[in-house]
Amino acid sequence: MMQTTPSQQFTKKRRQLSDRNIMLLFIMPTMIILVLMNIYPLFYSLYLSFTEYSVIKGDAPQWVGFQNYVDILSDTKIWQNFATTGRYTVISVILQMLIGFGLALLLRDKFKGSGIITTLILIPMMLSPVVVGVFWKLMFNPLYGIVNYLLGYTNPNTSPEWLGNSVLALWAIVIVDVWMWSPFVMLLCLAGLSAIPDYLYEAAAIDRAGPWFVFRRITLPQVMPLLLIAVLFRTIEAIKQFDLVMGITGGGPGNATETISVRLYREAFQGQFNTGFSCALAYIVLIVIIAISNIYIRQLNKVKEA
Amino acid sequence: MLQSPLAPKVPVTISTRVDKVGARPQFFKTLRASLAVLVTIIMLIPAVWMLMTAFKSQTDSVAVPPKVFFTPTLEAFVSLLTERRQLTQDEATEYRARTNLNWADKIMLKRGQVIIGQSAFLKQLGNSLIISIASTFLSIVFGVLAAYAFSRFKIPGEADLLFFILSTRMLPPVVVTIPIFLMYSSLGLRDTHFGLILLYTAFNLSFSVWLLKGFIDEIPKEYEEAALVDGYTRLQAFRKIVLPQAATGIAATTVFSFIFAWNEYAFALMLTSDVARTAPPSLPSRIGTGVVEWSTIAAGSLAFLIPVVVLTFVLRKHLLRGVTFGAIKKG
Repeated sequence: MMQTTPSQQFTKKRRQLSDRNIMLLFIMPTMIILVLMNIYPLFYSLYLSFTEYSVIKGDAPQWVGFQNYVDILSDTKIWQNFATTGRYTVISVILQMLIGFGLALLLRDKFKGSGIITTLILIPMMLSPVVVGVFWKLMFNPLYGIVNYLLGYTNPNTSPEWLGNSVLALWAIVIVDVWMWSPFVMLLCLAGLSAIPDYLYEAAAIDRAGPWFVFRRITLPQVMPLLLIAVLFRTIEAIKQFDLVMGITGGGPGNATETISVRLYREAFQGQFNTGFSCALAYIVLIVIIAISNIYIRQLNKVKEA
Repeated sequence: MLQSPLAPKVPVTISTRVDKVGARPQFFKTLRASLAVLVTIIMLIPAVWMLMTAFKSQTDSVAVPPKVFFTPTLEAFVSLLTERRQLTQDEATEYRARTNLNWADKIMLKRGQVIIGQSAFLKQLGNSLIISIASTFLSIVFGVLAAYAFSRFKIPGEADLLFFILSTRMLPPVVVTIPIFLMYSSLGLRDTHFGLILLYTAFNLSFSVWLLKGFIDEIPKEYEEAALVDGYTRLQAFRKIVLPQAATGIAATTVFSFIFAWNEYAFALMLTSDVARTAPPSLPSRIGTGVVEWSTIAAGSLAFLIPVVVLTFVLRKHLLRGVTFGAIKKG
């Protein structure tokens, strides 16, 4: 007769990890990586934001209290950067919502080839923003770019110089951003539209409701939660906008399109390498993003409850 | 004939059938479809223009007004992949007389240039590939494990932990880069493949955990419970039941993570310079000085973007889920 010795039983037990241990084993690698690469840097830069420090000078960080924050808030150029970012964010998010929603309405009913069209429209948002930006730069060129010619300006001497004009340059970035991200809004709206139960429309049709009434009382409220999620995502991304600006204008002309992220990059990695100062600026940006997303999320919860 | 009491006294003249309501639905359907096609064509113009520019010669690419009809050439691609030297008049005539030139040499000779070696772009594309694949692999492996744990076990503070994981993704890259830059400088990880792989892994992890948790949540727990009753260990059940069931989800997450890493620009710009530089930050720097070789840039962009276009088609059923971190599952 076979009999298991105590030691065999022990090894058998040891090999079977308890659920608790498996859980720890499974979660730990992720947690360690995230703490190491996100949490530690966040605290480190919080400390640096209270110091006078430059990476290239090699001096140790010197504690200066809130000096960096005071400098930032009294710097008119930084307020300009925030204003530029704000303007760009508001315009491009609104345009994306309108165009994205419009596209979704066009594509909600299936027709022959609508599947492939939807996928084709979605391609821009998957592309690398900086590469897209660089290429659009060529298309905006007043001499050999195609944008002006498509708009009907055939004389290069009188056609608008998109990237050399401080107002048009921001619009150029908005146009590319809208081109890239309206499809994202469309995707979310399509999901929202397809979830609207048919009986709502049937009831409205029986009541002889007009198309505008149907849109305002059925379509829009039903899609609203997803539209707000799209607004939330796009707003956060727009405030962080860096790649596209670097690709198209690099912040120029002058600093007309210098968004806050571009400014942050210039402070931190160009010229004087103002490390302490840029950490403080980074924290202010972070606080702005957290505040705005909180407002949105509250709004979203209200809509969901209603 | 006996009149039924239920029959209407007056004949019905208005149809209340839902599909008959609204004038000429077929006309509107056609109108919608043609509008959609029109918008799609407009949206695809930049892509088509890029494709065309990539096959133009350097002179055609900056022609005024822009050329729609041109003789396609591979000049831009040769120029993208090679380093060249400008020849003097005499040298050029001497080279033209040679008979042992291959097609690439001949193309460049038209510009009066001779190929002297490979360009940095190939290496950068290689770097992009290595870094994207490695970081995708790591973030998927760790992500599947964590997602499984979050999906199946009761974890204290689970909601907070998950939110924490997601919030790391919302940070502007520049905020994290400064301390990472300092950390990498002191550890000697700056401008190394490993450094970027580690960073991309961290950033993709938050995404992959969320997305994969959604996919694993959809696999009925009963499958594993049955397996456990049959004598499988937890690990065996995970490997033999959950992983195969989650295969589609894992594949979709893999493609998404790869695209994110492949497209990433800000970190690569700030943390690499030469050895580990990837393709995205190198393209804008090509514009920097002298004559801008637009056809070459178009060729580079094309080479860089085509994999993503192909993958987008592969992913089309999962796009909605992917771009919203699994927040929205339909579609």
